[in-house]
Amino acid sequence: MKTVDRRQFLKATAATGGALVIAFWLPQGARRALAQPQVQRTAPPNAFLRIGKDGTCTVFVKHLEFGQGVTTSLPMLVAEELGCDWTRVRAELADAEAVYAHTAFGVQMTGGSSSVSNSWDQLRTVGAQARTMLMQAAADQWKAKLADVRAENGFVIGPGGKRLSYGQLAEVAGKLPVPEKVELKRAKDFRLIGKPTRRLDSADKVNGKATFGLDLKRKDLHTALIARPPVFGGKVRSFNADKVKLVPGVTHVVETPDWVAVVGRSFWAAKQGRDALEVEWDLGPNAGLSTEALGKQFRELAKTPGRSAKKAADPAAIKAAARSVVAEYEVPFLAHAPMEPLNCTVEIQGDGAEIWVGSQFQGVDHPAAAKALGLDASKVKLHTLLAGGGFGRRANPASDYVIEACEVAKKVKVPLKVVWTREDDIRGGYYRPMYVHRVEAGLDAQGRLVAWSHAIVGPSIIAGTPFEPMMVKDGIDPTSVEGVPDMPYDVPNLDVTLHTVATGVPVLWWRSVGHSHTGFVVETMIDELAAAAGKDPVEFRRALLGKHPRMVKVLDLAASKAGWGTALPSGRARGIAVVESFGSVCAQVAEVSLVGGKVRVHRVVAAFDCGLVVNPLSVEAQLQSAIAFGLSAALHGKITFKDGRVEQSNFHDYPVLRMSEMPRVEVHLVEGGDKPTGVGEPGTPPIAPAVANALFALTGKRARSLPFGDTKWA
Amino acid sequence: MAKFHVNGEPLDFRGPPDTPLLWVLREYLDLTGTKYGCGMAQCGACMVHVGGEPTRSCVTPVSALEGKRVVTIEGVTATSQARVARAVQAAWIDKDVVQCGYCQSGQVMAAVALLGKNASPTDAQIDEAMDGNICRCGTYQRVREAIRSAGASLKTGPAPKAAPAPRKAPAPKKA
Repeated sequence: MKTVDRRQFLKATAATGGALVIAFWLPQGARRALAQPQVQRTAPPNAFLRIGKDGTCTVFVKHLEFGQGVTTSLPMLVAEELGCDWTRVRAELADAEAVYAHTAFGVQMTGGSSSVSNSWDQLRTVGAQARTMLMQAAADQWKAKLADVRAENGFVIGPGGKRLSYGQLAEVAGKLPVPEKVELKRAKDFRLIGKPTRRLDSADKVNGKATFGLDLKRKDLHTALIARPPVFGGKVRSFNADKVKLVPGVTHVVETPDWVAVVGRSFWAAKQGRDALEVEWDLGPNAGLSTEALGKQFRELAKTPGRSAKKAADPAAIKAAARSVVAEYEVPFLAHAPMEPLNCTVEIQGDGAEIWVGSQFQGVDHPAAAKALGLDASKVKLHTLLAGGGFGRRANPASDYVIEACEVAKKVKVPLKVVWTREDDIRGGYYRPMYVHRVEAGLDAQGRLVAWSHAIVGPSIIAGTPFEPMMVKDGIDPTSVEGVPDMPYDVPNLDVTLHTVATGVPVLWWRSVGHSHTGFVVETMIDELAAAAGKDPVEFRRALLGKHPRMVKVLDLAASKAGWGTALPSGRARGIAVVESFGSVCAQVAEVSLVGGKVRVHRVVAAFDCGLVVNPLSVEAQLQSAIAFGLSAALHGKITFKDGRVEQSNFHDYPVLRMSEMPRVEVHLVEGGDKPTGVGEPGTPPIAPAVANALFALTGKRARSLPFGDTKWA
Repeated sequence: MAKFHVNGEPLDFRGPPDTPLLWVLREYLDLTGTKYGCGMAQCGACMVHVGGEPTRSCVTPVSALEGKRVVTIEGVTATSQARVARAVQAAWIDKDVVQCGYCQSGQVMAAVALLGKNASPTDAQIDEAMDGNICRCGTYQRVREAIRSAGASLKTGPAPKAAPAPRKAPAPKKA
């Protein structure tokens, strides 16, 4: 048995309503990513678990549920140690509270594919503590020793087979001190962890009952739509609301220097009101912005020396190589386009306020909202609601959509929901940045890789955010380069430089962050080098992965399951890619053909090592999801600018993957280490290069620019 | 102004005739299971049945509904399609289809309309019926499996009330 003694500061709060409530704080040593601390509260909701008199075990989930399944996987961690009846387990999303801070990042947030890994010790400990308290309560009642009772499936069983249910014991147990030291199960004793377990939230999501942010109802709730500048950085010069006021149901028109909001008694009133609004904009410094010009600028910069992210041991090696391969890659700005458009509800009540939002960043949005409202953070309550996707967009260090909603609410003084239309979402910025990569690599006469010189050009996600001081080192934003200076391939002279360019376009992390572009470039380039060396792409990679046996294992598993090297029907070809990200390794083999000259992906075989697997059913779903998301971008995704304006607006001109384009995905899991690693994101980076490499195998042509789904390859 | 039925209840809507059905459902009737995703018939999150046909409520003005019968996700298990709807919902739960869940009301309504006419759709027929329903989480593969499973259950007997036994999931490979 493993003993946990992490000098946690523990506290059992007073039992409320006959419930066992456990609160659990991390020590002060927990890393803080942000200067702005969250407000410490002492109220009873500071808890991870509540056991009701009826035996229902409610787990308070500190992370946002936006598809990845945390309202199932996190309760599984608690239940494994609690020993409760799984059919009595419920999940509730936790409000913004200091107690719910991410154990690695120090603020309450969901990102970095870390929800399970950062909760792994924490929530199992909560379960074990609660089980111990329930056993102690039963032992006390029976005047027995703790060692003479055991817990099983929601009951404590004592000498002579006496039984008390967790529900019967909850109230008394809740008054006992929380044990500081508890023993956690060994993996071989797990009964729930590792078993395919269905989601707890399915029923409400197939019958329409699940309440997302956009579904929130409040008395007298008004809806606001905001007219934002058509160019980023623009300002309101003047506006005419005469026609707006004629729209039935419109109640307010309010402005700030940056935007004009139309408030109505319904969405439709606010929408028609905004359509009738006439605004004259000062377009500001970005009125001339164009993708064409940015591309030209980026490509020129890529040929000049940038800031060093890694220096080659021998800078001359690249020039001395027998053969060199030079390739230029380009990826566009991308919108996240979650199915549920952004929204945030704010209700000001005297000197306090309540906020309801499907936020990935409660720990950032909560203090930002309080500041925007001019209220003490202790008087502002932020409730987490289900979000219809997010992919990073709901984790904005600038808290843009939350602050906007607070600003409108402050002006109109009515309960208010700010709703983004799809057009607002596609045109609203905070995109995955556009990047250009220029790579030159050298091979010796035997086809061995001797040098790799890699220049990256693009905007910084981190610059100007509170994360900058701790994350940006020597001018290098790690999210711009991750996966390149630290690439797994054994390259003798790897040189990596970065040009960080301010474009005026707001940028943000997007599922898999830097790996979304570096994975594409590194894995396509390595394929180009294999071809140049006349070697098989799997063999070529394997020879360079000597220091990464875990990657070799995953690479080999994907290759063997896909039948790598075996014949395919005429007109089909395979491509492979392997990427390590968020502590996990994913390899994918894509099988493609051309339909009407355009690439068509039929099958994707994925091998995945995400450490200890908590819920295989959920891991499989996340790989399907990550592949669909990455393929969507590889084939279709692109946000472009002309005359400062975004050229796309909705799903007709920002197309995303649909059912008919979804390949058959086969998932093979490798049992890894003793802890879970990332799941939500690592499946995204390999798909674009796997498809591009398959396209090369089929046509001899290289897709070096994303997206490539509309290109006619034959 | 328009008079029509929603989930069997008569409605006399006296607001602006160009109001899209979606917002009447969501804001006047509190039927928020029908979702807003694009507002221009691109994504299918707002799908309902009008006269039994899958219909995008975001571009359907109430003026087009005079005398029609509207069924939403909240009412679909209490209509002539109840058996199909229950089979679809049970299959969705069995196959663990949902992720964020935002598009799933629309996916379910599209699948019910498909299976109500054809319990054994081919892959091409599934693509055709479901291609208008976007899922950003990429649940398409499990949607396809669930449609097949629901179709099979419709041919063999009454739809199960509770979720059936656990499905097979990929087993971790021993390293």
